[in-house]
Formats: sequence, structure tokens, C-alpha cells
Amino acid sequence: MNANSTIRDGNPLAMLRQTVVGYSDRVRDWWATAPGWARWTVYGLLIALAIIAPHPAIGSFMSPHSHWASLLFSPIGTFVLLAVGLNVVVGQAGLLDLGFVAFYAIGAYTMAVFGTKYGWNFWGVLVVGIFITAVSGIILGSPTLRLRGDYLAIVTLGFGEIVRITAQNTEYIGGARGITNIPHPQPIFGVEFFLDPLPYYYLLLAAIVLVVIFAKRLERSRVGRAWEAIREDEDAAELMGVPTFKFKLLAFFIGAMIGGLTGVIWASKVIAIQPPNFPFILSATILAAVVLGGSGNLPGVIIGAFLIAWLPERFRGFADYRILIFGAALVLMMALRPEGLLPPRRRRAVTGEVSKPETPPAGGDEAGDDRPAEEVAK
Amino acid sequence: MLLEIKDIHVHYGKIEALKGVSLEVGEGEIVTLIGANGAGKTTTLKTISGLRSLSSGSIVFDGKDISRLPGHKRVLVGIGQSPEGRGVFPGMTVTENLLMGAYTRRGDFTKELDEVFELFPRLAERRNQIGGTMSGGEQQMVAIGRALMSKPKVLLLDEPSMGLAPMLVAQIFSIIKEINDRGTTVLLVEQNAQQALQLAHRAYVLETGRVVKSAPAADLLDDPQVREAYLGGALGQH
Repeated sequence: MNANSTIRDGNPLAMLRQTVVGYSDRVRDWWATAPGWARWTVYGLLIALAIIAPHPAIGSFMSPHSHWASLLFSPIGTFVLLAVGLNVVVGQAGLLDLGFVAFYAIGAYTMAVFGTKYGWNFWGVLVVGIFITAVSGIILGSPTLRLRGDYLAIVTLGFGEIVRITAQNTEYIGGARGITNIPHPQPIFGVEFFLDPLPYYYLLLAAIVLVVIFAKRLERSRVGRAWEAIREDEDAAELMGVPTFKFKLLAFFIGAMIGGLTGVIWASKVIAIQPPNFPFILSATILAAVVLGGSGNLPGVIIGAFLIAWLPERFRGFADYRILIFGAALVLMMALRPEGLLPPRRRRAVTGEVSKPETPPAGGDEAGDDRPAEEVAK
Repeated sequence: MLLEIKDIHVHYGKIEALKGVSLEVGEGEIVTLIGANGAGKTTTLKTISGLRSLSSGSIVFDGKDISRLPGHKRVLVGIGQSPEGRGVFPGMTVTENLLMGAYTRRGDFTKELDEVFELFPRLAERRNQIGGTMSGGEQQMVAIGRALMSKPKVLLLDEPSMGLAPMLVAQIFSIIKEINDRGTTVLLVEQNAQQALQLAHRAYVLETGRVVKSAPAADLLDDPQVREAYLGGALGQH
């Protein structure tokens, strides 16, 4: 074990941690070197799994207490899409956003307003809704992205609350009563959208697949490199010629778009929305999903969102104790794996939690040693 | 003059950190800026590279006024900086760190990479090591090499000796000399006045946001006041 461990050897928790860490690291190391065909097979299998997931046989195990297909749409599917969006902001650009629910709300309200007041069809609202939330991302970002760290977190938290409270106090959009009779999407490819959650689930699944491909491509582009540099050292990034402000704004823009997309799809299914659907705790929960899964790593984030959405439903049989168990599960996971279930390979190396203790990074101790000297020199 | 700073004032909130600093750096020179903690050395460099904005005064580089140019565009005109505390991207490998230095340019960087690896053979050995796991000296090499990747006309170095063992300091300083010999102008901020003055052609002494002295570096080495204040002069040289 290395010096960074907070749990001592011999503690059963430490042994459990070694098992968990060892296993997920082996999976990731295999993945990093896996040939193209193996990766495509895994992608194919995962999509196939997602397609057959609503089958009642799977549902009877996954969710004995609630309707599985409904759960798959919301919260599971919506959480996954929101987490993928928030991961662009938090995981890639490193901007702590505590008000992500605002974009979800704006997307949902756009669907509700355009659908009920103007009779727009879902597919048109989808485009407009994404546009409006993207603009709202810019409106939030341009004055606030000059702030860093904790201050940015506070301002975004405020933004989330402002959107909810404004909705609550604006009669035009229903005030505290919210908006009812939101139209369902028009049929497409012969698929009817009505009360059955399945078509909505597949719609959401398609959105998730497209957004994940988009996010993955961004990550590997010049934009992704710029975000990585900003996340790791913003001043140094600026010195390298990265227009840091512009790229931070872009992260907000894209994150907001994905949040808005989720909101539009969700609102088109639920018929009625109210301001309390968009509480601060939802922002916090999505952030927990990102951090739990491994901020910055898409597969990790998706697993994190799935667990955060699914576990409380799975434990519904424990009635009032389910949140207690959910909390205990979160604490246990963070104790076993503080950097997330599947963190990005590299960030894991930096935290010093190297899984092969026999090969510590040469010179690592030295780096640690001259830090106090630096503080003195400053 | 390649770089001319004219009477710049910089504020942190209401506190005036620089109270009218003027200095010049000629093409091919090594100029050093020495001074105590809080004298404004780092602020001066950050203002030149655009990380801090100035309240008044001007910065002229290569004949153009760049006072209002955003930091990321100053890289394009030819200003490269190795920041205070090195600022290596901890999660990127050595090679990736170096390639970030060439972010504004497109194309193939094998030649530039080879040049940096030739200058720092240590980095060549560790090109795939993650930045955050390297020693202080190696990180300093990455920071300097990364700044060189943008092919700067002037290289701004902020305390490259900070927190390093004496042997490493000597090594870093000899590399700075080598970089200068190859044609890059250097503006060096240092607390390690003795070594900085031995290396530089000219020097400025900064005290509480003002330039209090400027002279050829060799003269300052013998200057009684400078010896007293920055070189531990009273301790044995007499």
C-alpha cells in the first residue's frame, strides 16, 4: 500500500478496496490496449443490452418494487444524459457547476410553453429548446466565468435557484401550479408516443448514444485538449495560447445544450411540470453521479448516474430506510474509491493511488518534498 | 528594443502592486529582475504575458503596443513564459505537456520536440511519464521546454530555481545560457540574485513595486547596497 491510503492494511475494508480497485483497474488497462474490433464489440453489446433492458425478465430482478420501463426512462435515463452533460462542464473543463438543474428546467419549460401555448410539435421544440438553453448557458457563463473554483460554484448554485424561483413567480408559465397538458411527441417511424414509457425510453437512449459520441469526439479534439489544460492549470493554459474564457464558455454552452435536451424529452412524457421538479438537490445528485462514477471519464460517469438513479429504487422495499441504505452505499463507495469508480487513467496516476505498489513513480517523493520549500520561497 | 515596459501600474483590488515599473529588454539579451518577496517581480512577468491587466502604462513588444492584447494572443506575437511554480499540467505526460506549448501552431512538431529533448536529455528519457509524478527539477525542465515549443522571441522565466537543490539550479541556469546562445532573448525573475546576476547581461532591482536600480549585472554584483540586501554581503566576503 502507499502512503496516501487512509485505511490501514489488515482492515477488512482495505482488503475489499484492494479487490475493487484491482478489478476495475484491470478492466481499464485491458480497455486502454484493446484492439478496435474488441471495442466495437463492447459498444455493440452495451447498446444491445440497453435495447433489451426494459424486458420484464430483467425488470423483475432490477426493480421488483416499481415499473421497470418507467424507471429506465426517468430517473435512470434522464440522470445518465444529465450526467453526461454535466461531465463536459465539471469533468472535462473542470468548472464546478452546482446549478445544472437550471438548464434541465429551461428545456422542460420550453417544451411546456411552446407545446401548450403555441401548439408547436415536439421535434420543433426540441431544436428551439436546445437553442434556448444553449443561449442561457452563455448568459450564465459570460459574467460568471471570470470567477474560479468555489466562487463559480456559489454563483451557479444561485442561478439554479433563480430559475426555479422565477418559474414559481411567473404567472405566464403557470406560477407554482406549473404547466399541464404538455403534448406528447408526434409519431415518428410509425412509433406512437403516448402513455407507454418504452418509446420515450428508446428516444432517450438514442439521444444518449448521439450525445456520448459527440462528447467523445470533442474530448479527443483540440477543444478537448484545451479543456484538459484549463482543468489542470488555467493560467498555464492561457500562457500556452489557449483562449481560456472562450473555451470555458463553450463548455457551459455544450453542457447547457445537453441539459436542455434532457429537459425537453422529459417534459414531453410527463404531461405536467411544476417548479418543485427542479430542486437544488437534483443538481447535487447529478454532481454526485459524476463524481462517484469518475469525473472526466464517460463510462464511469454513465455507471455513476445509473447507480445513483437505480439504487434508491432498488431499495424501495425497505420503505423509509431506503435513503439510509443509499447513503451508506455512497459512503462505502467513496471510502473504497475516493476518485470515483472508473476515473480517467491519468488522473488516477496523479492522485498517487497507483495500483501497482511495486513500481512507484520515480521521483514522485522528490516532487512531494520540495513543495514546502516552494511555500516558504513564495 | 524587443520589449519595452513603460511606467506600468498594476492593482490587486485597491492595493497597488506595481507603482510605475519601466524596463527594457533588447534582442539577444538575458535580463534579470531581482528583488525580495512581494517586490512585484512575478506581477511584472504576469503583466507582460497578459495574465494580469495593467491600470496604466504600456507594454511595447517588437514595435507593437500589446498592453490590451489578451494573454493567449501574446503567445502568437512571440512571448513564452514558464510560470511561477512551474505550472506543469499534472495529468499530461511530458510529451503532451510539450505539445500543449505548441497549441497555437499546427503541423508536425517532431523537430521542435527533438530540440527540447536535446536541450533536456532527462525529459527524453521520461517522455511518457505523467507530469505530476516528476521531481521539481524535472517539472521545471518541462515548464521551460514547453514555453520553448511556441518558438518565442522572448522567454519569461519566473523563479526557475525555486525549491531546487543547488546542483539542479546550476544545471537549469546553464541550460538558460544555452537557450540564450541559440538566439532566444530571456527575461529572468529570480530571488537567487547571486546566480541570476552571474548569468545575466543586465539587471533591474525591484523594491515594493518600483525599480530602484538598473545596471549591467556585473556591476550589481559589486554594488555594496545590492550585496548587502540580496547577496548576503556582510557575511564573509569582506
